[in-house]
Amino acid sequence: MESSKFAIDKDRRTFVKNVLKGTIAGSLLLVIPMGGASGSLEVPAQIPGIRGRKYDMFKQRFAFIVNITRCIGCGSCCVADKREYNVPDGYYRTWVERYIKDFDGNVYVDCPNGGLDGYQTPRADIPGKVRDTFFVPKLCNMCKKPSCVQVCPVGATFKTPDGFVLVDKERCVGCGYCIQACPYSVRFLNPVTHTADKCTWCYHRVRKGLLPACVNVCPANARKFGDLNDPESEVTRILASPDVITVLKPELGNMPALYYEGLRREVVYECGP
Amino acid sequence: MSAVHNGVMDVLTNFVLPNDLHVHWSLMIVLYPYITGIIAGAFIVSSLYHVFKIESLKPVSRYSLIFALAFLACATWPLLNHLGHPERALNMMLTPSPSSAMAGFGYIYSAYAILLIFEILLIYRPVMVALKARSTGLLHIIYGILTFGSDNVSSQSLKLDHKIIGFLAGLGIPMACVLHGYVGFIFGGIKANPTWSTPLMPVIFLLSASVSGISGVIFTYVTIQKFRKKPVDAECVRTLTKFLWGVFILCFTFEMLEIFTHSYLKTHHWEMIHGLLWGPLYKTFWVSQVGIFSLIPMLLLAWMCLFRVGNATLVFWSTIASGMLLVQVLLMRWNVVIGGQLMSKSGRGFTTFHPQFLEKEGILPAIIIMVAPLVILYLLEKIFPMWMDDERLTALDT
Repeated sequence: MESSKFAIDKDRRTFVKNVLKGTIAGSLLLVIPMGGASGSLEVPAQIPGIRGRKYDMFKQRFAFIVNITRCIGCGSCCVADKREYNVPDGYYRTWVERYIKDFDGNVYVDCPNGGLDGYQTPRADIPGKVRDTFFVPKLCNMCKKPSCVQVCPVGATFKTPDGFVLVDKERCVGCGYCIQACPYSVRFLNPVTHTADKCTWCYHRVRKGLLPACVNVCPANARKFGDLNDPESEVTRILASPDVITVLKPELGNMPALYYEGLRREVVYECGP
Repeated sequence: MSAVHNGVMDVLTNFVLPNDLHVHWSLMIVLYPYITGIIAGAFIVSSLYHVFKIESLKPVSRYSLIFALAFLACATWPLLNHLGHPERALNMMLTPSPSSAMAGFGYIYSAYAILLIFEILLIYRPVMVALKARSTGLLHIIYGILTFGSDNVSSQSLKLDHKIIGFLAGLGIPMACVLHGYVGFIFGGIKANPTWSTPLMPVIFLLSASVSGISGVIFTYVTIQKFRKKPVDAECVRTLTKFLWGVFILCFTFEMLEIFTHSYLKTHHWEMIHGLLWGPLYKTFWVSQVGIFSLIPMLLLAWMCLFRVGNATLVFWSTIASGMLLVQVLLMRWNVVIGGQLMSKSGRGFTTFHPQFLEKEGILPAIIIMVAPLVILYLLEKIFPMWMDDERLTALDT
């Protein structure tokens, strides 16, 4: 009896010792840098020509192209965006609209929860027979002549030399003038920071040679982003092609850098048939 | 209403862009142009006496200035309450963006405030010098500061004062116009919003400012005199009523002209503007602003100005018309500021807005901000005697 109790105690002691050794060894593995981690774990470059070169802000030109005919309304882009920026519920840096047209020419548009849940079921409240459906992703138009930058009273919203319209949340006073001025309603007052917020085309990713989060996850290649200085890039080729490329609300003169391929007249002429 | 809400338009007018569901400019931004309008309008009343020498307005010439100052003291309150970061408000003046219409506010407002305060101090200087001599304690010190420590009331000194007052009052008229025309431009300069982006917007704001200012002076002057059990100067009210009618004719004409222009031009925005005015704004625009609070005062004012009406009747109905016009201008601000935001930039639908009573920019803060100028007016009266029948003033004037 006595000897078996001793054996158990000894076992226990050995077990605790082994656990301790394992814990220390494991912690050391986490603490001590393993050679080459910085290079081997980095995500491969997605935009050629940015990494390993001096980034000259004044020479970079980018474009974003959305292909309406490709979007399947899955909502992956919206989910990726919400995760990337922890966007508060009820506010949207990007969203996907669903357009439904019936045989009588009626147009039905909706965008429940910004398309975040994906359009998994057909719309039930349409009386007529549906002729066709298409999806329109929306995001910041990165205007070349941005109204939001013009109206910001403190210069918190500004345009970078490489064409990105950004918000400095350390300077924004939260007046909301830019929200009123944006013709595309891509801006909102962030209820957490109390400053203006909007899509940035993932500037922090682009500067590292990565595609915007929404472009990265799009399974249908409906969202394209690229370098206009690169003659081989997809966006350069599309914009140079004879295809019809449209921007939203061109009559306002904001000159968006966000282009649409295959944009339908139901989107351009808002109240049109 | 039915044309829009039946049939095809039903289908077209139901899509609101997801970020447009929030009305970012709330009650506070309704009050801000309302208050600045009252300031500009009341100042114009005083200038009618000080610059254009309309003698019948003498009873309210000082009151209207103090009335403007009381509202001026509160003009920034709704803005500060609205800002997401009010602690950064001064950045608009320290690091302004020259391209922004809003960046001018700090300068225009401050310049106007300085002008108004100096004009008041100079007008009141002889009064305050005498009051200083009579008063003791805190009031004595206050009058000492407000008279810049100068007790010189020689005729030469007063002559110089009058020259400066004339100059400031004269300069004040274009500045009051700039202050409120500019407020209109803040809205008129937003091309993304078809109901705002019209060159008529600054004109309409300026004229409605004059309407609210004159109405505010008539309404509070008569009310305060009744409250003080002092006689109301009917000739003064008659002159104010005539000016009010004239300005309101212009104001209402331009308000209707704007709608008519939209409806006649029939641009692709008209569908939405029509839907807005006959839909969510039907009650606040057509029924209230136009139907009740414009047409009735218009008829009352016309009747009082075109027919010889007895003094007591005139004072009574002029006060009623003024009270109604104060509501009309507030409704106009609501219909422009809130109404404009109800239209989604999708061009296909309207959102809704229901202010809560207790929220940060809700109804209670709005009431507090509108009552505060009246409290300040009461306090200012303790320092600046506003009424010509006030023995402090009459004793000194003689």
